[in-house]
Amino acid sequence: MNLGLSEEQEMLKTSARDFLQKEFPKKLVRQLDESETGYSPELWRKMAELGWMGLVFPEKYGGSGGSFLDLIVLLEEMGYNILPGPFFSTVVLGGLTILSAGNEEQRNEFLPRIASGDRILTLALTEPSARYDAAAINTRATTSNGNYVINGTKLFVPDANVADYILCVTRTKEEQNPEDGITVFLVDAKSPGIECTLLKTLARDKQCEIVFDNVGVPQNNILGKPDQGWTIIKDTLQKATVAKCAEMVGSAQAALEMAVQYAKERVQFNRPIGSFQAIQHYCANMVTDVDGARFITYKAAWKVSEGLPAALDVAIAKAWTGEACSRVTLLAHQIFGAIGFTMDHDLHLYYRRAKAGEIMFGDSDTQRAIVARELGL
Amino acid sequence: MDFSFSEEEEQFRQEVRLWLKREIPARWFELDPGMWEETEESWAISREFQRKLGQKGWLAPAYPKEYGGLELSHTKRLILAEELAYNRAPVSVEVEITVNWVAPTIMLFGTEKQKKDYITRVARGEIIFCLGYSEPDAGSDLAALQTRAVEVGDEYVINGQKIWCSYGHLADYCWLAARTDPDAPKHKGISMFIVDMKTPGITIRPLINILNHHSFNEVFFDDVRIPKENLVGQKNNGWYQLVIALDFERSSIGVAARQQRIIEELVQYAKETKRNGEPISNDPLVRNELAGIAVENEVLRMMCYRIAWMYSKNLHPSYESSMTMVFASEVTRRLANVGMRILGHYGQLDRDSKWAPLQGRIMRMYLSSLSIGVGGGSNEIQRNIIAMRGLGLPRG
Repeated sequence: MNLGLSEEQEMLKTSARDFLQKEFPKKLVRQLDESETGYSPELWRKMAELGWMGLVFPEKYGGSGGSFLDLIVLLEEMGYNILPGPFFSTVVLGGLTILSAGNEEQRNEFLPRIASGDRILTLALTEPSARYDAAAINTRATTSNGNYVINGTKLFVPDANVADYILCVTRTKEEQNPEDGITVFLVDAKSPGIECTLLKTLARDKQCEIVFDNVGVPQNNILGKPDQGWTIIKDTLQKATVAKCAEMVGSAQAALEMAVQYAKERVQFNRPIGSFQAIQHYCANMVTDVDGARFITYKAAWKVSEGLPAALDVAIAKAWTGEACSRVTLLAHQIFGAIGFTMDHDLHLYYRRAKAGEIMFGDSDTQRAIVARELGL
Repeated sequence: MDFSFSEEEEQFRQEVRLWLKREIPARWFELDPGMWEETEESWAISREFQRKLGQKGWLAPAYPKEYGGLELSHTKRLILAEELAYNRAPVSVEVEITVNWVAPTIMLFGTEKQKKDYITRVARGEIIFCLGYSEPDAGSDLAALQTRAVEVGDEYVINGQKIWCSYGHLADYCWLAARTDPDAPKHKGISMFIVDMKTPGITIRPLINILNHHSFNEVFFDDVRIPKENLVGQKNNGWYQLVIALDFERSSIGVAARQQRIIEELVQYAKETKRNGEPISNDPLVRNELAGIAVENEVLRMMCYRIAWMYSKNLHPSYESSMTMVFASEVTRRLANVGMRILGHYGQLDRDSKWAPLQGRIMRMYLSSLSIGVGGGSNEIQRNIIAMRGLGLPRG
């Protein structure tokens, strides 16, 4: 048993923290939050040069052969500095899915381009029902002259507004079991018939509605086997869920540190407010939530990284981390008081993201439903 | 990062399980005493089991070999603690205090003679210490304690009153904190002593706890004379020794493992119990509650693993132990509540009723869980420690 980071991971963590703090000051984070694209192409290139986009890809695809746990370390730092942009969509939702389910041709086509920062990807999974189960997939793909035509609406698709390719989850067959008959397509985002609308969201992240209106896709663009796409998505969802937890842990850590610092500096009644037990106990609760979330996330991430069955652990991690990190940012707000209630203050950036993270890939109720099932209830 | 156990460690777990299966007497499970529910009979079984554990080397597996320990790795100790708790072995607070608080303090501060005298007997499972800490006016503010020890010739003469002294009526020795310098600042005039509970002048008055059991006592010291050599460590350095002891390995891992078992029992109960013709496990609220508490218990388990891992790396946990204790107590109380809600009316029934599910364990847990979060440093004190020691917030 070893719950610590490796030397390389410590180095990755430090260099990521330094880079992100230098290159993504909160002023820029705000600008990107408010922008249409949500990312800076120039910094995107720099991140690619650091090897981040290819971190988990094997060397033959232009990556550096890192593990999923390495990616978790990086994501925690990205969360710590609340990095905006399509890294998560491109690498976790797109890249990892192609790496595990794509054929050799598809891997060669996509992974080196992702690694070099030349291709942005996302996954179009959820629909207006906003559910993450197979039964919720109603977007249809039908054959036409050996190729496929996609029709339907995807909702809450992250970063589709800047994506070059969209992994679209479609229903190709009606079967008794809703998990059968699902096919995943690699869709060129510039294909005729795609209409992408940016949604205005709480966290000002770039979630989109995509309407597919008779969008033609060649058969070669099927990822994995036709009608058997749900196993791919289940695997991706597991990875994405725990990856999102890592991001949230990082953000919560930052919010905790901000609040503790402020509690030491802010003077009322002639003493720092951090000397009052009410504030001390808030802080104690916050660090308990952050530490608990971190280790339960590491446990799930380790299982995923080792390829072990992880459905229960991932659901536990997300059920806890989502709520814990929201609680942390809420208490941070309480400590900052009125000043935290301004747009000028940075804390709302964390508060917004914590709730968005809690919802993404299934909120805690949804996760507990999975836990109940896994417990044999 | 690696959350797995080695093959050797897994084998060790199997070995412990098999041994427990063989060695825990069936009568113990009939009695099924929970926390703070010892009776004469259960106490006798516990002592017998303590000696067996001692013979096996598993009572104090961390101790140096010269004092009867095995110098077992931290991971194996964690496994052992998990299995003892999950399998409801007759190992309770008295063993925890004797083995993990008192003896390690003697190890650090005691004389060679004291170590030979006491630690080896602790490791063999022969003696039990109770704590003489709290007083009527010294609870969370423990350093305000007033019990006096005065040096007279070759002896110390002790006068004063202790309270909440768990199983003081059954213990062999008291691990006593007494004031030796009334003029010094309160933290600087305290010393630690070993007091034989059979010494003349000790009067014990029972306090019946919320479970209607006699586990706590008031202990009165009336000119109790003990040999000078029973002072442990330096005179007037007792507070420091006492605080160090509070930091000794308390990973709470047993709590998580014990609760894991309860959760499994509740899951089973929910599957087998019908309400309105349907198993209550189909009820989304029941599912949500049980899953929620399972999530919390798993988070607790990881916090405990974190502490064990820190020890194995020689990183000395401080606020991490407080955090885990606070969290453990809250999960325990919530679990008791979840259990009560799931059992509904039947949750009220004690073990003697033929209608009582799970031998009335949940209702007794509902009561006993009040004590954790209070004893051994209340959650409020623990949170102060987390804030000041862990996060560097200023003293109030």
